[in-house]
Amino acid sequence: MIAIVLTVVVGFLAAVPNLMSTETANRWPAWIPGGQLVLGLDLQGGAHLLLQVERESLIDVRMEDLRNSLRTSLRDERIGYTGLTVDGQTVQARLRDTTQIEAARTALQEIVEPIPGGLLSGGLPVTEVTLDIASNGVIELVLTVEGVAQRVSSAVDQSIEVIRRRVDELGTTEPNIQRQGEDRILVQVPGLEDPQRLKDLLQQTARLTFRLVSQEMSGEQALQGRPPAGTAVLFSSDDPPIPYVIERREIVSGEDLTDAQPGFDQRTNEPLVTFRFNTTGAREFGRATTENVGRPFAIILDEEVISAPVIREPILGGSGQISGNFSVETANDLAILLRAGALPADLTIVEERTVGPGLGQDSIEAGEIAGIIAAVAVLAFMVLSYGLFGVFANIALTINIVMIMGVLSMLQATLTLPGIAGIILTIGMAVDANVLIYERIREEARAGRNAIASIDAGYKRALGTILDANITTLIAAVILFSLGSGPIRGFAVTLAIGIVTTVFSAFTVNRLIVAIWVRRRRPSTVPI
Amino acid sequence: MRLLKLVPDDTKIQFMRHRNWSFPLSVLLIIASLGLFFVNGLNLGIDFRGGTLIEIKTTDGPAEIGEIRDLLSTLNLGDVQVQEFGAPDDVLIRIQQQDGGEKAQQEVIELVRGTLTSDVEFRRVEVVGPTVSGELTQTGILAVIASLGAVLIYIWLRFEWQFAVGAVIATMHDVILTIGMLSLLQLEFSLASIAAVLTIVGYSLNDTVVVYDRVREKLRKYKRLPITDLLDLAINKTLSRTALTSITTLLALGALYIFGGEVIASFTFAMIWGVAIGTYSSIFIAAPLLIFLKLRNTDASKDTEDKETASIA
Repeated sequence: MIAIVLTVVVGFLAAVPNLMSTETANRWPAWIPGGQLVLGLDLQGGAHLLLQVERESLIDVRMEDLRNSLRTSLRDERIGYTGLTVDGQTVQARLRDTTQIEAARTALQEIVEPIPGGLLSGGLPVTEVTLDIASNGVIELVLTVEGVAQRVSSAVDQSIEVIRRRVDELGTTEPNIQRQGEDRILVQVPGLEDPQRLKDLLQQTARLTFRLVSQEMSGEQALQGRPPAGTAVLFSSDDPPIPYVIERREIVSGEDLTDAQPGFDQRTNEPLVTFRFNTTGAREFGRATTENVGRPFAIILDEEVISAPVIREPILGGSGQISGNFSVETANDLAILLRAGALPADLTIVEERTVGPGLGQDSIEAGEIAGIIAAVAVLAFMVLSYGLFGVFANIALTINIVMIMGVLSMLQATLTLPGIAGIILTIGMAVDANVLIYERIREEARAGRNAIASIDAGYKRALGTILDANITTLIAAVILFSLGSGPIRGFAVTLAIGIVTTVFSAFTVNRLIVAIWVRRRRPSTVPI
Repeated sequence: MRLLKLVPDDTKIQFMRHRNWSFPLSVLLIIASLGLFFVNGLNLGIDFRGGTLIEIKTTDGPAEIGEIRDLLSTLNLGDVQVQEFGAPDDVLIRIQQQDGGEKAQQEVIELVRGTLTSDVEFRRVEVVGPTVSGELTQTGILAVIASLGAVLIYIWLRFEWQFAVGAVIATMHDVILTIGMLSLLQLEFSLASIAAVLTIVGYSLNDTVVVYDRVREKLRKYKRLPITDLLDLAINKTLSRTALTSITTLLALGALYIFGGEVIASFTFAMIWGVAIGTYSSIFIAAPLLIFLKLRNTDASKDTEDKETASIA
């Protein structure tokens, strides 16, 4: 009996903070379980985005890296080669001198070193790239399936970090960012009114590079014919876009930035972004600008030329600024993106659900009204049907509902609109256990037993039925939980918790009340 | 004291006689439901079909549905549905999935936001891309099948196989009729509808199990009673409970349907229908099915019992 009362008290205490204002609830002693209910995005408003790491873009980047590594490794060892090409997941080149096969193998060994594995391989190293050099001097570097999977997996991890930094900059409370499946990331940001800015922030890779502009030919010429080896034509963000011939080799990239802040040009008062390099970045940038005074270089963000100023003098201080038709907001966002770092791959939004705060509030109100009316109707109906025992059942039902709230708070489960529907449904179905017991008691009484014996038999005989009936519903709820997502899960959770508390309250709380009543009144007949 | 008595004491309704009409009726309804499903189909929401759903509220009086429709039709987005949603200033816009992958879906919102700028509050935006909608369909179907399978196994373990088969047939009956109803009224079928269907599965089983439990008890008690009389007895004994629980559940769902807001109205409607059907099926379908599944052959049982008595003697 003590255990029953204790369980109920704990349930009550856990539910109480929900009645308070948030400030009072925060002062609620920490030793008491739970806190306030976590409201789902459909109730408090906010954005739910499911992002997918683009496998293809990841492979493209990786292949470009491999091509560069192959080039530098062979060049450093002064091994001659021709015909460097990328085809699908294979990089190919041909040695000029087949006697250098072994030397090439040694030089490229570093590229094919296994990479540390993650969860997918159980922590074992993964062979990402295989190397094959044929006797005719054809070198083939092939990206393996496991390697791609491992890259996707670690790209998801890195992306989560970058996204977290970016979302934090928006100043919203408690964003939920988590991995989902192999290549997806779930981002939930509560209380966000305009998801467009969030989406803009998340969909930009924000890979910043500083590269030299090739002066062998102009952009227009390159578009007519072919850009010189080791260069590519990139466009500016102007309207109409201006083509530039840009060297593939990067002087420095965004990874070498330590800080970026929005600011204003002191002369023209136009918004711009100032940045600062780390030591490596400052050294590399200093060296490149010293060697190339008088040549233009380009600041490139996601393969788009933001600006292409001419190097007037060596830039040795390790800091600089980017100007390029920014508004205050775009300058601010670019600074955020640069500080948070680049995403390792493109992210695509595959699912989006946004609820404005107005709708969420309306839903809560509608749910409350429906809940109160449902409860009053059921309570009244029970009293009409069973009189005094109906009141007993109602006490159990009330405790039951409070306990559902308490358990939800303790588990910090999310309450969604379908979840509210689940609670209301439980109100209707919870009395079933009591109805089964009462009907059984009536039967036993009519069969000629005395009051105490029929009450006893009623509880005993109804137990099996109630368990069977509720376990089947519980099975449906558990399956719903494991397969469902978002709001549906919220529904499954409240339904499942409701089933458990229902059985508990019918067999402990209600039984206790009836037992106390029997002891006090010593009835000769059962009044149901 | 009872102020309200829905079912008189000691009813002796001969439910099993009614199987002569309840079975053909249910078969007819199942055929009709399946027919509707295959001809009309379900009004699949964006969860399963992909596409965009936008709920807006106009801030300057009632919405001009026609005007919004005209504005959106200039965007060339294919099938665009515009309808009032619960209140005159609340509008629901559904836009079909666009060709051109995930990114194309995102452009839709930007276009719509650009078009409906004046005095409009965007209350809800949902975009489901082609990959996710395919997966949601799969898991949805899987969820219903898995729960039916799990329950079949549970009842099989707890009862005899006839009960398990009977319960699952009765539950499938309820699910099919619910889908038929959704197809007939062309209510939107979304993820929430799957939840509603699974709740119906749970409720209907709950009801069926209560009746079956009593059948099992009576089976042990009355070894000589013909199966039809035994089933009638079990149903009559549980009738009061069946009625009471159905009513309290319907009271709760009714309140939810009327006051719970437009967002979950079709979800609740499906459940109300399912609870009604579930109650009917546990009495008129699940119980008489036990006769067909030869739970107890009336004549044979007499024989076995005679043998038992003989062996005891």
